[in-house]
Amino acid sequence: MQKIGVFVCWCGSNIAGTVDVHAVAETLKKEPGVVFSTDYQYMCSEAGQNLIKDSIKEYGLTGVVICSCSPRMHENTFRKAAQSVGLNPYMVEVANIREQCSWIHKDMATATEKAVILGRAAIAKVHLNAPLTAGESPVVKRALVIGGGIAGIQTALDIAEAGFEVDIVEKSPTIGGKMAQIDKTFPTLDCAACILTPKMVEAAQQEKIKIYSYSEVDEVKGFVGNFSVKIRRKARYVNEDICTGCGVCTEKCPQKKVPNEFNLGMDNRRAIYIPFAQAVPKVATIDPNYCTMLKTGKCGVCSKVCTAKAIDYTQKDEFVEAQYGAIVVATGFNPISLEKYDEFAYSQSPDVVTSLEYERLMNAAGPTSGTLLRPSDLTHPKTIVFVQCVGSRCDGGDKGKPYCSKVCCMYTAKHAMLTREKYPDTDVYVFYIDVRTPGKNFDEFYRRAVEDYGVHYIKGMVGKVVPQDGKLKVQASDLLSNEQLHIDADMVVLAAAIEPDKTARPLATMLTASMDTNDFFTEAHPKLRPVESPTAGVFLSGMCQGPKDIPETVSQASAAAAKVIGLLAKDKLTCNPCVAHSDEQLCNGCSSCEKVCPYGAITYQDKEFRMPNRTVAVRRVASVNPAVCQGCGACTVACPSGAMDLNGFSNRQIMAEVDAICK
Amino acid sequence: MQEMMKKRALQLLQDGTVERVLAWKTGEFSYDITPAVFESAEEIEKDFVYDAFCAANLSKYLVALSKKEGKTLAFLKPCDSYSFQQLMKEHRVDRDNVYIIGIACDGKADADKIKDSGIKGIKNIADNGDKLVVETIYSESTELDKKDFLAERCLNCKSRKVVIYDEMIGENGEVLDSNRFDMVEKIEAMTSEERFEFWQNELSRCIRCNACRNVCPACTCEKCVFDNDASGIANKAAANSFEENMFHIIRAFHVAGRCTDCGECSRVCPQHIPLHLLNRKFIKDMNEFYGEYQAGEDLETRPPLVNFTMDDVEPSIVNEKGGKE
Repeated sequence: MQKIGVFVCWCGSNIAGTVDVHAVAETLKKEPGVVFSTDYQYMCSEAGQNLIKDSIKEYGLTGVVICSCSPRMHENTFRKAAQSVGLNPYMVEVANIREQCSWIHKDMATATEKAVILGRAAIAKVHLNAPLTAGESPVVKRALVIGGGIAGIQTALDIAEAGFEVDIVEKSPTIGGKMAQIDKTFPTLDCAACILTPKMVEAAQQEKIKIYSYSEVDEVKGFVGNFSVKIRRKARYVNEDICTGCGVCTEKCPQKKVPNEFNLGMDNRRAIYIPFAQAVPKVATIDPNYCTMLKTGKCGVCSKVCTAKAIDYTQKDEFVEAQYGAIVVATGFNPISLEKYDEFAYSQSPDVVTSLEYERLMNAAGPTSGTLLRPSDLTHPKTIVFVQCVGSRCDGGDKGKPYCSKVCCMYTAKHAMLTREKYPDTDVYVFYIDVRTPGKNFDEFYRRAVEDYGVHYIKGMVGKVVPQDGKLKVQASDLLSNEQLHIDADMVVLAAAIEPDKTARPLATMLTASMDTNDFFTEAHPKLRPVESPTAGVFLSGMCQGPKDIPETVSQASAAAAKVIGLLAKDKLTCNPCVAHSDEQLCNGCSSCEKVCPYGAITYQDKEFRMPNRTVAVRRVASVNPAVCQGCGACTVACPSGAMDLNGFSNRQIMAEVDAICK
Repeated sequence: MQEMMKKRALQLLQDGTVERVLAWKTGEFSYDITPAVFESAEEIEKDFVYDAFCAANLSKYLVALSKKEGKTLAFLKPCDSYSFQQLMKEHRVDRDNVYIIGIACDGKADADKIKDSGIKGIKNIADNGDKLVVETIYSESTELDKKDFLAERCLNCKSRKVVIYDEMIGENGEVLDSNRFDMVEKIEAMTSEERFEFWQNELSRCIRCNACRNVCPACTCEKCVFDNDASGIANKAAANSFEENMFHIIRAFHVAGRCTDCGECSRVCPQHIPLHLLNRKFIKDMNEFYGEYQAGEDLETRPPLVNFTMDDVEPSIVNEKGGKE
């Protein structure tokens, strides 16, 4: 029989306000095995912890039940306290009477009754607890950063700076991401390329950083400190090590009609291409969807003109398997597709563009070499209408996103301001729901657009855009003066909502990292652990976690790097001893558990068993690799014979809890 | 049919291909047929039988027989072949140690139905193709249409196709469009009170003889949880009448996704509890939530409830679909 101590925490008034903590302690005192029961104001405080320690010593407790907040919060605190006075830390159970009781109930009588039941369940479990010993696992001192935008680059640079190896996997042929496409950056209006490209070069030259461009993560196995990742290096049909990036092939390639994704399809590139002049790595890539040689076997021009002999039409996807201690997700974002927004005539007129397209039209390296020309007839637009919140802050329906995309207000102010500065004869209108510009020097920036540059900011939304006689007839409402507006515009610029990159969802599944309903990665704690995912060893950097601008992205990227460095600086990690194990006497070898294990921790072997009459039978039985098992318990419920069981959460313990609740 | 099977069994036994033959023999009554293992020609000549009452699914016996030295010849009906293939997936039988002769099946007769029709004192029932000839102790002889006395599972037959075999006797059939979920739909349409009452009425007759579990080809655990004292639930199911019901519900959960709907559980139940309906409810739900799935149909697919894939549907989708009354 265990000697159990029960400690009921008030959590100030968090628990005591709704639960009669004294009554709970008194009632639980009568449970079998309970030799001591008390309540205290703050059990997690030093005095509270001392109370637990002293009672363990005084009463010779073999088990401890703490009725307090969620075990996610302080289980570790209490386990450490128990351990410091010689009690096995896994003999401590936490009954969550805050999040699951006091915070969600109003009536004291029922809340108290429920707290007693929860305490009783924990006591029933402790009766079956056994001391567990945690093992250790080594840490691979290398990090993987998935995504080579500004977030990924910054994280990688910071990790490398601390002396650890770091690999960047980028799915496109160059690193740089969205920031490389941007013209100028708010609120200082410095050129994006001027501040980004030196960082790209630094990443390429930093000897601790290895860049896998044009590559994707195919498979992730393992766990914190020891991930095993399979990287697919897509065939670029050009030998990366030999190509000098001279660009002759990209000029001679006869296939000229390939939409250039770097300029969002507003001009064309060749089938062999270097995305932009400052690309890193600066090597050519053949687009297999357009290359005549790869499709029909008849061409070979690039191979003939290449003096370095870098073209290799026979290249195949290659796979790299590497070990990492930590993984940083920096998969970034995309503007949403505007196909569903017929009212803005996006698909009907080339002069209705997204803000990112407008960014390219303003950029010196863009399709119009930086001269603002409207795409339909390459004339200077005289009247430009900006529409904000296209797809952002939409409640209900599948058309838009419920969240604020956060960056649109500022970049629209930037676009409006730059347009007025370069072309003062242009009329610029901005339609908005609200203007949201918190941030250092942000609101000043927006006010400059309105006050110094004379941009017409109009509160209200555009209802319809109709292309007619070379103009865009814009119908809108001005909510402040309560009138309908009709504007004949030359261009309409839509501030499309942003959404996480489509590759994020399958990646989250591979990493067993959780996402919210909008496919943004969830952080371990929204306030206190904002750059860690709830999955140990997986960290978040940049837009993949939520909308943010470049300064915020860079801060978060460095924060994620700091967390990674903290992990990689350790030589060993303490393993979770709450892992599954199989009872070979009961195991049928049916493979049910193996197939539901998300971590691939279960293998089978043929084993000899002694049977009656000195006979031997060979049976197929499961065994669990405790270093790989994460203790999720999927196997224990899949096992029909109950051979699989989880340390610390055994079938019997859970049944005992259920029985105690139903008593 | 019986003669062809007998002849082939003798051949294979005598030429040493197999060491033993798994088939059927007559029990106390001619319609009371039981699985049997024959190891000599004499035994086969004496007892081997195959007729409309050879209903037992032989696949489960191969769990033990396929571990023995030498090959076992097994005659498998379509139902049995699905179960056998499911057992192969679970690594419970050794395919290399079994020689399978698939036998075409057009449904098995249910002796209880004949008794229920009012015929008393049955001495013998002869299988005469489409007809069943019943002799009674009153020395009357009645000829019945077999199709009127088919077992429930055969009336709702899902497939007449033997899915795995080394050779066939008779022509192999096809997968059928059955109405096997009709009764499940009726039960689903009940109010929860009616449904509870329906199952309470059925399951309260259970005497825990374990026949359903012992005959079930999906129940092949080395040690059943209900027999395992350490599991902490062994005696729970006997504690009160409600938990008695739980025995069947837990069993249905344990075989969910692996049950081929062979119907043996209901066939052997001495209390005539329609246990197959519990399993069919699971099969129907899985078909609806995860797409059509037939356990034992092939060797590659995984039962949806015992699988993990990267593109598994989110639980919310199942909730949405499952939440509809």
